[in-house]
Amino acid sequence: MFLQSAAFYFFAGMCLASALAVVIARNPVRSVLFLILSFVSAAGLFILLGAEFLGLILIVVYVGAVAVLFLFVVMMLDIDFAELRSGLLNHLPIGAFIGMLLLIELILVVAIAVVPGLEGVRADIAFPAVGSGDIPNTNALGRILYTEYIHFFQTAGIILLVAMIGTIVLTLRAPAENGDMPHKGIPPTQQMARNPRESIEMRDIESRRGA
Amino acid sequence: MFTDIAHITLTHYLVVAAMLFTIGVFGVFLHRKNLIVILMAIELLLLAANLNLIAFAARLGDAGGQIFALLVLAVAAAEAAVGLAILVIFFRNRGSIDVTRVNIMKG
Repeated sequence: MFLQSAAFYFFAGMCLASALAVVIARNPVRSVLFLILSFVSAAGLFILLGAEFLGLILIVVYVGAVAVLFLFVVMMLDIDFAELRSGLLNHLPIGAFIGMLLLIELILVVAIAVVPGLEGVRADIAFPAVGSGDIPNTNALGRILYTEYIHFFQTAGIILLVAMIGTIVLTLRAPAENGDMPHKGIPPTQQMARNPRESIEMRDIESRRGA
Repeated sequence: MFTDIAHITLTHYLVVAAMLFTIGVFGVFLHRKNLIVILMAIELLLLAANLNLIAFAARLGDAGGQIFALLVLAVAAAEAAVGLAILVIFFRNRGSIDVTRVNIMKG
């Protein structure tokens, strides 16, 4: 029990601290790396809650795919981050104000409204046997994901397909007027029209001097 | 509610999720210009929502909450991909990712 609560405080503290670092980090690359740390800590919290499958999926999908996507975009675009940070202090008071308001509201809701009302809910559980120990979490999820929630599952697949097609369509540059792809460099016809006499030049290179 | 500090209850997880959500909202308001950090803050918001779903699923012993967390995860991945694609073409067109200057359509 002690180990479990220690792990909870460790993961929760790590998750919150790195989430705060995502928001206030100076360098966006560091923001992405802190985002990865935050997701890994949240995966630890998921596993503590008995959702091993989702915790590992979080690591695979987020750390493996989405965070790397963010990292690629941050590193490949030549963005002037110093200019973007200007005026940050102007937004700090309103952000802090709304954030504190939201936090107070949420904690009030959690403390007052939700938890006492939850006591009698256990009677009408739709799909029991999560974390009960007799069947593994992945097994329990699979049993209802492919039967009871099959339409949700397929809709998620369609959403991912639409997102994939949309991303490709958005980032693909349209072909130029003459049918050449603009970012492929020299068209193949010109490449094939080269001959050795024009392409290769013989030179005498002096020793220790270089070309 | 926090009397027994060594005994982790649903409330602990809900408070962590609330704080995570607050940090996300704070990030969206703080980085009014930088689209990349706004997208990352939105990821934090969705993570907080997922933490709530999974905490309630564990408390109720109901696997349905975990299914919904899985669906939120899928939608969040799609949203991140499309958002980053929009960011790339926006940068390609304008040479900046300043969100306050998104006014091509004069809306």
